[in-house]
Amino acid sequence: MSQVRVLVGTRKGAFILNSDGKREHWNVSGPHFAGWEMYHLKGSPADPNRLYASPSNGWFGQLIQRSNDGGKTWEPMGNKFEYDGIPGTHQWYDGTPHPWKFARVWHLEPSLTDPDTVYAGVEDAALFRSTDGAKTWEELSGLRKHGSGPSWQPGAGGMCLHTIILDPRDEKRISIAISAAGAFRTDDAGKTWRPINRGLTSEGLPNPNAEVGHCVHHIAAHPSRPDVLFMQKHWDVICSNNAGDSWQEVSGNLPTDFGFAIDVHAHEPETIYVVPIKSDSEHYPLDGQLRVFRSKSGGTEWEPLTQGLPQKDCYVNVLRDAMAVDSLDSCGIYFGTTGGQVYASADAGNNWAPVVRDLPAVLSVEVQTLQ
Amino acid sequence: MIRVLIPAHLRTLAHLNGEVQLEIAGEATMQSLLNALEAKYPMLLGTIRDQVTHERRPFVRFFACEEDYSHQPPETPLPASVVNGAEPFLIVGAMAGG
Repeated sequence: MSQVRVLVGTRKGAFILNSDGKREHWNVSGPHFAGWEMYHLKGSPADPNRLYASPSNGWFGQLIQRSNDGGKTWEPMGNKFEYDGIPGTHQWYDGTPHPWKFARVWHLEPSLTDPDTVYAGVEDAALFRSTDGAKTWEELSGLRKHGSGPSWQPGAGGMCLHTIILDPRDEKRISIAISAAGAFRTDDAGKTWRPINRGLTSEGLPNPNAEVGHCVHHIAAHPSRPDVLFMQKHWDVICSNNAGDSWQEVSGNLPTDFGFAIDVHAHEPETIYVVPIKSDSEHYPLDGQLRVFRSKSGGTEWEPLTQGLPQKDCYVNVLRDAMAVDSLDSCGIYFGTTGGQVYASADAGNNWAPVVRDLPAVLSVEVQTLQ
Repeated sequence: MIRVLIPAHLRTLAHLNGEVQLEIAGEATMQSLLNALEAKYPMLLGTIRDQVTHERRPFVRFFACEEDYSHQPPETPLPASVVNGAEPFLIVGAMAGG
């Protein structure tokens, strides 16, 4: 019998939600690391019981924890994230040079094939890799040093590397995204990098079509078509059919194309999901109605999904890493809100129900489908 | 034996119920105390001071004998009553957060 394990990172710890394949009844465990901000936790595709987690807080900094039993027990791992060489400066909000300084881990991406290899996207933006199960970390500094780094500026949430996409066909190809620098890709396992932002337009920039400087919020790809990338930018939902070499807007009939989360159906590579948010100054859904929008054609034509979601007086946000899908036959879609709800749909978004309602603000949601 | 009190979150992390007791070889300074603490409990690395620069984390404070040692140089000797165990050395998470 299949099972689903949902890993939820919140402002005050992690929660693990378990259900069988019907996804009707849920067991909730947690808080794990009570009181610590859990930006992200994720399981290894190569060993589902191997989980990596990134608790941090303002007093005691960043920890990395690992579980080898699906989250029942945890052990501390290495938390030394040292930039390669003299880190130099990036631009501060006012355009002045600002020293690169590690703040926290935003995203952990375990290797698709090796349980001991895991990538960490951090603030100030850099990509680290561990090949010993998170005991030690090494910066893939070709990204930060490829040339445009000194011109990068933080987004409102900090200058974070928040998205890491590993290509299942080619382990040397990695795409990442940084707020507010844009998207970048390596084809040689992290030695060299180049911006992949052609086609992005950001009206707030002096040059709206600049090579870097775009506030990318999240990118998703389907494993069967790794060259097709779907991006939720600050404003605009956009798509690339050539691994980021060029992009086209697919916002179409969305009521607002601002948002954070985006994901792809597990079995339909053209079916994508976003949660439109009113604006960058009003981080909540339009008209107090929490609606997921689904496109079955890779964007442009969107339909609202509302059944089971609050349709009045709802003013929560859904953050960039807070949406995920399972891979059961009837694809499950999950998202968490800053109001502490985690909603699940066991039928690809047609019907929704809260799994939990009153967690701390949800920062991330990941799903493991267990056989 | 030097007694050290650490914040609740760090006690949980280090699986401690009460205060820490440390033996320090050589001169007992704040730096040698933190070195000994991190050697005995490596999961605390990076939580009290930066692992590279050894700078105290901004919201962590050090107290001993009702004195604030937070801004003292790391090589500052610990007071005799801390060294002989009469008083604990306090590592405190600052009150912050509104």
